[in-house]
Amino acid sequence: MLITLENISKTYDDDSATPVVAVDDVSVEVKSGEFVAVVGPSGCGKTTLLLVAGGLLKPNGGRVEIDGADPYQLSSEQRARFRAERIGFVFQQFHLVPYLNVFDNVLAPSLVTGEPSARDRAQDLIRRFGLENRTGHRPGQLSTGERQRVALARALLNQPRVILADEPTGNLDGENSDEVLKALGAFAADGGAVLLVTHDPDAVAFADRQVSLASGRLASTPD
Amino acid sequence: MNISRLVIQEISHRSMNFLLAVLGVSIAVACLVASVTMIDAGEIESRQLVSDREAKVTEAGKKLNDEMRKITKGLGFNIVVLSEDEDIAAFHAEGAPTKSMPEEYVKRLADSPIVVINHLLPIVTRKISWKEQDQTIVLTGTRGEVPQAHRDPKKPLLDLVKPGQVVLGYQLHQARKLKPGGTITLNGKTLTIAKCHAERGTVDDVTAWVNLKQAQEMLGMQNLVNAILALECNCATVDRIAEIRGEIAKVLPGTQVLERGRKALARAEARNKAKKAAEVSLAAARESGQQIISSRKSQANVLVPLAVVGSFAWIVLLAIGNARARRGEIGILRAIGLGSRDVLVLFLGKAILVGLVGGAIGYIAGFLVGTGFSGPIEESLFDASWLLIALLLAPALSAAASWLPALVAAGQDPAVVLQDH
Repeated sequence: MLITLENISKTYDDDSATPVVAVDDVSVEVKSGEFVAVVGPSGCGKTTLLLVAGGLLKPNGGRVEIDGADPYQLSSEQRARFRAERIGFVFQQFHLVPYLNVFDNVLAPSLVTGEPSARDRAQDLIRRFGLENRTGHRPGQLSTGERQRVALARALLNQPRVILADEPTGNLDGENSDEVLKALGAFAADGGAVLLVTHDPDAVAFADRQVSLASGRLASTPD
Repeated sequence: MNISRLVIQEISHRSMNFLLAVLGVSIAVACLVASVTMIDAGEIESRQLVSDREAKVTEAGKKLNDEMRKITKGLGFNIVVLSEDEDIAAFHAEGAPTKSMPEEYVKRLADSPIVVINHLLPIVTRKISWKEQDQTIVLTGTRGEVPQAHRDPKKPLLDLVKPGQVVLGYQLHQARKLKPGGTITLNGKTLTIAKCHAERGTVDDVTAWVNLKQAQEMLGMQNLVNAILALECNCATVDRIAEIRGEIAKVLPGTQVLERGRKALARAEARNKAKKAAEVSLAAARESGQQIISSRKSQANVLVPLAVVGSFAWIVLLAIGNARARRGEIGILRAIGLGSRDVLVLFLGKAILVGLVGGAIGYIAGFLVGTGFSGPIEESLFDASWLLIALLLAPALSAAASWLPALVAAGQDPAVVLQDH
């Protein structure tokens, strides 16, 4: 199993007088080669579950295991390196570094690993996603589809075992959405694990199975 | 890809933020360097001014001394050492001493360490009748000045008259149309005229100078002299004659001392006063220079801390703004694996670069301003140690000012940032 989320609970009680239960006793498992979609209405806890899985948000309860390791057992710096090596992130807002060009954005995860082969892999990914004519452009000069392809290439640079995608097609047209989802599918087919958070039915169609959340709880887990 | 590339790319992307931060550092460093340069320039200027004035005062003093020496010398011997038996009233009435003392006295005086007089000249002098010419004259015998043991030899005020020679005063040679090289007979002695003096308007005009030994023989005063003439030194005491008398009395107790030529004395005093005035003026120049430097230091003591504090606050504000603007970027960099230490390096690296560039620009600007506001000076104001200080201090200042915003940025929770976005 590449992703194991077991009885995860997360409550936000930082600022508000009334604590907000974002995720309540949710368990999800994604094995190698599997593409799982987490669906549900806005505010149901999908993004929170994704951040917990990504080692970015420590749950109040439950167990997280990514590629055989619990990221929350690691120190902050070790966890950061763990993320760089094992997890790729794709977000709806792309989150590209605005002052880096396409090549440097794709290459950014190598800041942590410092692998010399990263440059070659970045070139390959740029070619694979049809961005070779945009290498020197900055994110502000790209279309939304191109930006998401850059984000996808960046997520794949360090050859992670897991990709966590939060509404990656939310800002894309149909053609670009298909392209991104096909790429995620291909990643899973190559032995990776994809956990996709979405409320787009077309995106769900690309998944092997879906998990539904409602008010932070697991609604159903159809096959 | 490395952190430094990220720093450079961010600087080129947000160049205005970088330039404003560099400007802040530059102003602080420029204030410091300009102040230091102006203080250094002030010290050099002051030193040059004092040195120039010192040279002028010394030169003027030398000239004055030389002129006064010539004037004093022109006035002749102004100290007369007489036998204690000498009746001063008779001396003035006769115009020449009547009593005598041993010639050996002059040796004693010359061998003593006395400094208040110089140019010691033993003489015998007496009013006599020039029988061949039927004229009363003053006969003066001199053997030339006696060198003082503890002093360098000086050019004599009166030339030595060799045996068999005579020097004639104006009234003695003019009426008889006598010339140097001619001969005269003085009370049976044939003498060759060595020199004829121009008119002086004093008793010298009726004086004939011969060799001391010859005069002593002619006057029957072997081994005796009746006066020792001397020239007083420029002694800076208030009661100069009393000091001279006291000094001479220690060496020659059986003598009395007269002072002649008050003019010389007055001029010597004027010379001392002028010297003192020059010294006071020099001290005033020194003090004025110190005041200028002190004033510049006071200004720097206010200006430099203000500039540094202002610059610090400015960089803090810019760093806070920069950290806020980069919140999303930091969130994603943390998400893809950058540690909080990497983020800290990202911010502090930029701050150090700001400091280095600002320090270099500030040093150049401060140096130019400092030299521009200073007067022309011969020495170079460039001081490598201040350049080094600027290049070390400015990055330290910039890094210190960025420290807190960098810490806040590094401590950001990427989950919160990503959720916010």
